[in-house]
Amino acid sequence: MSKDIRGKVWKYGDHIDTDVIIPARYLNAPEPAELAKHCMEDIDTSFAGAVQQGDIMVGGWNFGCGSSREHAPVAIQASGVSCVIAASFARIFYRNSINIGFPILECPEASESIKAGDTVSVDTKTGVITDETTGETFKAVPFPAFIEKIIESGGLLPYLKEKQD
Amino acid sequence: MGMTMTQKILAAHAGLKEVQAGDLIEAKLDIVLGNDVTTPVAIGVFEKAGFTEVFDREKIVITLDHYTPCKDIKSAELCMTAREFAHKQGITHLYDVGTVGIEHALLPEQGIVGPGDCIIGADSHTCTYGALGAFSTGVGSTDMAAGMASGLNWFKVPAAIKVELKGELRPFVSGKDVILHLIGEIGVDGALYRSLEFTGEGVASLSMDDRFTISNMAIEAGGKNGIFPVDDKTREYIRDRFGREPVEYTADEDAVYERTVTIDLSQLEPTVSMPHLPSNTKLAKEVAGLRIDQVVIGSCTNGRMSDLRAAAAILKGKKVADNVRCIVIPATQQIYLDCLKEGIIETFIEAGCAVSAPTCGPCLGGHMGVMAAGERAVTTTNRNFVGRMGHTESEVILASPATAAASAVAGCVAVPGDEQEAQR
Repeated sequence: MSKDIRGKVWKYGDHIDTDVIIPARYLNAPEPAELAKHCMEDIDTSFAGAVQQGDIMVGGWNFGCGSSREHAPVAIQASGVSCVIAASFARIFYRNSINIGFPILECPEASESIKAGDTVSVDTKTGVITDETTGETFKAVPFPAFIEKIIESGGLLPYLKEKQD
Repeated sequence: MGMTMTQKILAAHAGLKEVQAGDLIEAKLDIVLGNDVTTPVAIGVFEKAGFTEVFDREKIVITLDHYTPCKDIKSAELCMTAREFAHKQGITHLYDVGTVGIEHALLPEQGIVGPGDCIIGADSHTCTYGALGAFSTGVGSTDMAAGMASGLNWFKVPAAIKVELKGELRPFVSGKDVILHLIGEIGVDGALYRSLEFTGEGVASLSMDDRFTISNMAIEAGGKNGIFPVDDKTREYIRDRFGREPVEYTADEDAVYERTVTIDLSQLEPTVSMPHLPSNTKLAKEVAGLRIDQVVIGSCTNGRMSDLRAAAAILKGKKVADNVRCIVIPATQQIYLDCLKEGIIETFIEAGCAVSAPTCGPCLGGHMGVMAAGERAVTTTNRNFVGRMGHTESEVILASPATAAASAVAGCVAVPGDEQEAQR
C-alpha cells in the first residue's frame, strides 16, 4: 500500500452512511462497476459521472456508518477513488476497507482543513497527507503491522490463503 | 486488571487468559452468518481466493431474508448463488422462503446462538445476540468469507461503556424507547468501536424481546456489540432451544469502563427518532400530530411476538386512518403462526393492515413498502437515513410498536395510551 496516491478531493460531511454511499435499491447487482455507477447519488448526483481515477474522498466524523454492506467501500473503490480520509470511520466500514485492501486514513485535522477540489497527495506508509493546494501537511494514525500486512496482501482472504499455503 | 463481559468472551475464544482494550486478537467463531445481500459477495471472495471447503458446515448460517420472496430477477439470482453454495457445501442451516425469518429474530428462536458464543454476521444488526450474553458483531462479506474458510477472525478488543439500568418501564414504554433514548443521549458515534454493557437492577424487569431490541440497535450508536448479563429470563428463553452447552460470563468487579450512562427506566416516555439520524430523538408527545402516510411494524428490531402483541392491543377494534398504509411483518414463520393462533393476525386485518410473510423488505427500501417523494412513515425499524425506505425526499420516524400502532390509527404521530391523541 505504499504506492503513491495523488488526486482531486471530493469533500463530504459527518455521518456519511452506507445507505447514501450505495443505496440498498442497487444491492441486487453487486458487480463493482455496477455499484460505482450509483455511488453517492443520493447526496451528490454529480459524483459518479465526474469522479476521475485517483481522486480522493474526504469525510468528517463516523464515515461509513450504518449497514455492514461491503458494497460501500467496493463502490467507492470501483469509482476510481484511491483512498478515503476521514475524521473517524464507523467500525464495520473500517474493517471492510482493510479487508478488501482499500486504503483509508483517519485524520481529524486533515478532514477539517482540506477543501473540495484541493489536490492532495498521500504517503500511506508514513501516513503523511499533503494538501498541495494550500501547502499544509497532516499526519494520519498509521496502521498496526498486522493490518498493514493484510492490506499488502491485497485483502484478508489473500492474506489467509498465503498463511495457509 | 479486570475484564468486561465482552473481553472475557473474546479472551476465551482467543485462548488467552487475559485481554485488554486495544489488543488485536484472533478468535474462534461459534457461528458465521450471512444473508441474501452479503452471502453472494462472500462466496465470490471465498472462491476467488482459492478456498473450496467451509471450515464447519454446521456452524454457518445462511438466511435469505432481505429481498425475499424475491422482488426481481437480480435478487433471485443472488438467492440462487447462495442456495447453490449452501447445497454444494452441505451447510445445515440454510433458511429459504417457507422456513426463513428475519435473521436476528430467527437465530435466537431456533436456538442457533446462545450465551457465551462468539458470533460474526455479515449484517450490521448481528449485535442482537448480545441480549443472550453472547459476543456478537456485524461484519462485512470478506469477514464472512474468512470466517467460512477458517472459523477464525481478527478483532480489536473493544473498550466499554457501562449502561446502568434502574427502575421499571411504565405501560406503553418498551425496549425500543430505551435504546432510542440512549442513542439520543450518546449520539450515533457515542459508542464507536466500543461495547455497550447493560447492567443494573433494571435489567431483570426487561423481557427477552426488549433486550433483543436494545442490543439490536447498539450499532446505531456505533457500538461493536451490546451485551446483557445472563439471568433467569435468559436461561428460561434458551431452555428447549439451545442445543449446545451455554457458558455464562460475568464482568469482573474491577472491569474498566470508559464511562457509565445511567438510565432510570421509570422515567422514560414513548420516544421517536426524527429524520435523518437515529440520534435525532424527541418524545413522541413533542411531535404528535405530524401527518404520516405509512406505518411499518416489523423488522429485526421489533417484529417479535411481544412487539406484535403490543401493536395488536392498540389496533384491536380500531381502524387504520384513511391516509395511512399500515404494513405488519411478523419476523419469523413461528411468530406468524403464533399470531394466527392468538387471533392477532385477525386483529391486524380487521383494522385494515396488510400482513406479509417474514422479510426485511421495507426497512432498507428493498420492497414491500417503498415510499415516494414527500411521504413520511412511522416505523419500528432501525434506521432513518436519507432514502432508507425509498425516495431521498421521503422521511422515516423510528418508534416502538405501540407508538407505531397508535400513529396508524391516528393518521399522525401519536402517543400510545393517550386516547385523546389517538382520536385526533
